[in-house]
Amino acid sequence: MSWLSILALAVQAALGFQGASYALAATGLNLKFGYTGLSNFGHVGFLLVGAYGMAIAADNGWSIWVGFALGIGAAVVLGLLLGVPTLRLRGDYLAIVTIAAAEILRLVANARPSEPVTGGSSGITGLSGKLGFFEPNFIPSGSFGIGDLSFNSRQLWSMLWTWGAVLVATLLVRALVRSPWGRVLRAIREDEDAAKALGKNVVVFKLQSFVLGGTIGALAGAFIALDSGAVSPTRWIAPLTFAIYTVVILGGAGTIWGPIVGAVAYWFVLDVVDGVLNNLWFDVSDTTAGAVRLALMGVGLMLLMIFRPQGILGSKKEMLAGAR
Amino acid sequence: MPASGALASVPAEVGVAKPDPVLVVNGVERRYGGLLAVDVDHLEVPRGVITALIGPNGAGKTTFFNLLCGFDRADAGRWTFEGEQADGVKPHLLARRGMVRTFQLTKTLARMTVLDNMLLAGRDQRGEGFFRALVPTWRADEAANRERALDLLGRFKLDRLADEYAAGLSGGQRKLLEMARALMADPTLVMLDEPMAGVNPALTQSLLGHVTALRDEGLSILFVEHDMDVIMTISDWVVCMAEGRVIAEGRPADIAGNPTVIEAYLGIDHGSSTTGEIR
Repeated sequence: MSWLSILALAVQAALGFQGASYALAATGLNLKFGYTGLSNFGHVGFLLVGAYGMAIAADNGWSIWVGFALGIGAAVVLGLLLGVPTLRLRGDYLAIVTIAAAEILRLVANARPSEPVTGGSSGITGLSGKLGFFEPNFIPSGSFGIGDLSFNSRQLWSMLWTWGAVLVATLLVRALVRSPWGRVLRAIREDEDAAKALGKNVVVFKLQSFVLGGTIGALAGAFIALDSGAVSPTRWIAPLTFAIYTVVILGGAGTIWGPIVGAVAYWFVLDVVDGVLNNLWFDVSDTTAGAVRLALMGVGLMLLMIFRPQGILGSKKEMLAGAR
Repeated sequence: MPASGALASVPAEVGVAKPDPVLVVNGVERRYGGLLAVDVDHLEVPRGVITALIGPNGAGKTTFFNLLCGFDRADAGRWTFEGEQADGVKPHLLARRGMVRTFQLTKTLARMTVLDNMLLAGRDQRGEGFFRALVPTWRADEAANRERALDLLGRFKLDRLADEYAAGLSGGQRKLLEMARALMADPTLVMLDEPMAGVNPALTQSLLGHVTALRDEGLSILFVEHDMDVIMTISDWVVCMAEGRVIAEGRPADIAGNPTVIEAYLGIDHGSSTTGEIR
């Protein structure tokens, strides 16, 4: 395998569905964490309800739009249910509550009594056929691209929808955070008491940010279900939340395009490392390679925090301002 | 100054009634375990003047102050602001009603510009609603607020720094920004928690000038302070607390010679007779 093909595969992951779905999930987390300062460590819980909403719709023979509505509705309910009692808490307590809530959701989906609805530990499969996600695909079959960097028609269809959703979500977040509403969010991130003293109903703003961020996360979950055609509980674990945090911080927390840049960079680096490990002069088993690439990602994140803590797009001046 | 003139005929007694008070407090208590940190029977804060809340460390000034503006919960008592109930009201609602506070440790929003700090405090910004934020009609409110904000910043000599991050300001400039920001919220009662704490003497003079200017514009000011010199120079009325209770009230001249106050500050027992007489 040549260097060129390693790079081609990495670019494929970065620009493909993986990059798109992570960018979408990170856009939701960025609103909560980057702009409002809410340490939500249960973001994966929102992805889970989005994915299961789609899967349950498929299982019951409902349409794809019902699937989106179910996922988004569930995310709003989850956001309110989780937010109303916890957003009064200080940051670190919120982190503990949200990480536990996401884990509870996963265990409930995985449990035997939930089998009729969620499929229990085996999950729900065959989504593509039931929902007909790929049926309206107008892209002719075959592969498009140069050399090793190529996408087939199904991949392009997934990418079109997911990147489209990323763009819509990003433009929505952009309009919101540049408005006076977004200014209040940033004020809450800096100092809640100051915002209160100036007449802002802090809990309501936090709740709005929490619910909208969660809804965008649920949308990412729904697309992941659509693309893979199957949903199983093993996927929605805490490390996925941490990966999305990595994307947000890598791109620059509290920046508009940071989640997109972060997601592309994340998958590019991850897959280049993967490609290199698989092509060394000695054999590295798949499991070892998987562990090593995550360890290297951790080292990379540490280096980033030391040398460029504001992320790729973040402003150093703003970062230093916060450190005072 | 007609407002402080009206106080001339008010006797210097604890709990004395004043003409047209802005804030009226009745039976407020705050306990921490067995300690009764605040225990104020009756207090009226006069309108249109500078009222200083003084007392030695641990007198309960800041606790009392936090209770009044809703940042802490009272165990008992009622109080009214502008004649309407103010106890049990959330702090942001009190702020919207015109009771705006500052903090002892300044709370400037570090990663926001000086101008954004000001604009945040602006009232009637429709764009702070979630859905209305997406309709650009808020730009008209923003333009009006911006003009007012720059005006206020000019008055506090911060206009040149409008686009700087607040974190870049010096300690004194942050105090000024916090005061300007409080004014941006269009208050009727400004509550200042130790505005002169940790400020150099030159800036203290400038801050004092700003505070008296506010009074002359008709605002009511209540401020916590324990520097006697500051209090004597600018306040129209002084309320002295010790061990959670109001122990003396009066014009600065009344307070300066009050043996109860001196005792509370210096902790010297002048003999039981002196303490009894004043009350």
